[in-house]
Amino acid sequence: MTQHFTQQVTFYTEDHEWVTVHGDLATVGITKYAADQLGDVVFVETPEVGKTVKKGDEMAVVESVKAASDVYAPLSGEVIDANGELADAPEKVNEHPETEGWFCVIKFSDGAETKGLMDKDAYYEFCKGQA
Amino acid sequence: MTMNSQGRSTTPDEAIPMSEIQTVSGSRGLQQREDLIFETGSTGKTGVDLPNPKGTKSRLGSVTRKRPTDLPGLSEPETMRHYVRLSQKNYAIDLGLFPLGSCTMKHNPRLNEKVARMPGFADIHPLQPQATVQGALELIDQLATWLKTLTGMPAVAMSPKAGAHGEFCGMMAIRRALIARGEIETRTRVLVPASAHGTNPATAVQCGFKVDEIKADERGRVNMEDFKAKLEDSSDIAGIMLTNPNTCGLFETDIMEIADLIHEAGGYFYCDGANFNAIMGRVRPGDLGIDAMHINLHKTFSTPHGGGGPGAGPTVLSDALADYAPVPFVVKDEDIYSLVEETEGEGEEAFGRLCAFHGQMGMFTRALAYMLSHGADGLKQAAEDAVLNANYVQARLKSTMTAAFDGYCMHEALFSDAFTAEGIDTLDISKALIDEGYHPMTMYFPLVVHGAMLIEPTETESKAELDRFCDALGAIAERAKAGDESLKGAPYLAPMRRLDETQAARKPVLRWTPPEPDRMAAE
Repeated sequence: MTQHFTQQVTFYTEDHEWVTVHGDLATVGITKYAADQLGDVVFVETPEVGKTVKKGDEMAVVESVKAASDVYAPLSGEVIDANGELADAPEKVNEHPETEGWFCVIKFSDGAETKGLMDKDAYYEFCKGQA
Repeated sequence: MTMNSQGRSTTPDEAIPMSEIQTVSGSRGLQQREDLIFETGSTGKTGVDLPNPKGTKSRLGSVTRKRPTDLPGLSEPETMRHYVRLSQKNYAIDLGLFPLGSCTMKHNPRLNEKVARMPGFADIHPLQPQATVQGALELIDQLATWLKTLTGMPAVAMSPKAGAHGEFCGMMAIRRALIARGEIETRTRVLVPASAHGTNPATAVQCGFKVDEIKADERGRVNMEDFKAKLEDSSDIAGIMLTNPNTCGLFETDIMEIADLIHEAGGYFYCDGANFNAIMGRVRPGDLGIDAMHINLHKTFSTPHGGGGPGAGPTVLSDALADYAPVPFVVKDEDIYSLVEETEGEGEEAFGRLCAFHGQMGMFTRALAYMLSHGADGLKQAAEDAVLNANYVQARLKSTMTAAFDGYCMHEALFSDAFTAEGIDTLDISKALIDEGYHPMTMYFPLVVHGAMLIEPTETESKAELDRFCDALGAIAERAKAGDESLKGAPYLAPMRRLDETQAARKPVLRWTPPEPDRMAAE
């Protein structure tokens, strides 16, 4: 049974993705912490629209001057939109990681999957532990 | 002051600080400024002056060039100087310590070069009748014997031409074994620890497998709990690809348990042997339960990286995989050597062929020369000295820099950037090392360590040289700790100052275009 979110809520993963859910749609990107750690982002590969992803699947790639990293799907579902602007303007991921630097929108199939994710405070504590 | 007979001082005048010296030419002493070849020559100039041949007619017809090539014209001395000057801006192991971690940049002995240039090895052709190249085939066979003996493995595929090519060979052998077992459709998952070489997951995917990453534990090694959890449902396990010693410069202490568990799960054990220099002569991978491992001759066995010729990545195989080794391979019948070329008869089980011929002959001769000149005891000592040198670097620098993990390391010392002041980065330390005359260490790798700096001195360096290097790096590290902002501008003394790597990646300029006036003149 799909759980619908009547209000917009943002969750965070241990792999430093953020996911904002509203209704049965989830907008996904990487956190400011992740963007800062990566350094200047020079390339982003967003998932194809129409692709079905499973929670934990490698979904996108983000490459910086330091490293290339996978971005994992925080929820299972179908990718219904992707941020095409990142192809020409990867700097958006550094400048506005949690707004304009979004990666894709997933129409998720199981809202219960948000259970293992962190809220803002828990994620903040998690990042402190990483330093 | 001492004077010569003309009453002039024999010592130069008081020096001006080096940083204040500006030159008109842009050269710094004998380090000459060199422009792009397009800027050195010009399209309106030619370096050769030959008359058009008389009495001939062009037969190019419709393929005659319509526009000039726009290549710069240079004379022979201009061309020579251009490339020699560029070559002098290179850094090489023949110039100094090359600390690139994970690369094993050891000295390439001149004896190897002498042997590789012997006409009997250098002037033969791969398509020559085998009866005329018996010595070369014997050399391949002898090298194979050394590799099998050092690794304790029954077979070796000699043809892979690089480390990643060797990985490909090993994983293709595993694929072939799974096909023989009728399990290629079901066994699709390959475990790869976070501390493995970056090429390992790429190879697994290239061979059609799915990668499942195992976490590192707080000691920088495979997290055994995570590993066991991933084996709980083992029906889809094809194998594991692990680097030992790993990219943190640490020996995977649980390696035998890992081998047992992966075999129990029905999978194969691929070991990345890029770091074999740390254990050569001390540990035989065959005794650890490994099924396949490549050996980088251009790392462990002192053949040149890149410029001096291609690499070579022979891959040793266990009994379980030996039959699937690719063709061609050398066999000996009585005193006659021959190559098995076809995937039928003796080569029936082979998974196929990796390259046109038998591999990198020039590297084989160099590697065998290295083995024979060192002997088994010398190779063992090389490994021990490499480990000793890395530990010396770690011990000398760890009071200033932050060692990534406690305890002794193997062949490379790994530091994190935890010691640097806010705003000073690993990149700044690396760039400052260029001003000190050293190639930077490997940085930001492995990913499991924040701001990683990975230093592999190899056994090549003397204590005196290690001290010079540690003095230089230690002083830079002190400045990084103190928050010395001038590090952000390094290098100051290199032919080129720091480049904007971000812009270079985001908006790369891959083609030279003439400045405006020239372009108009050309049109």
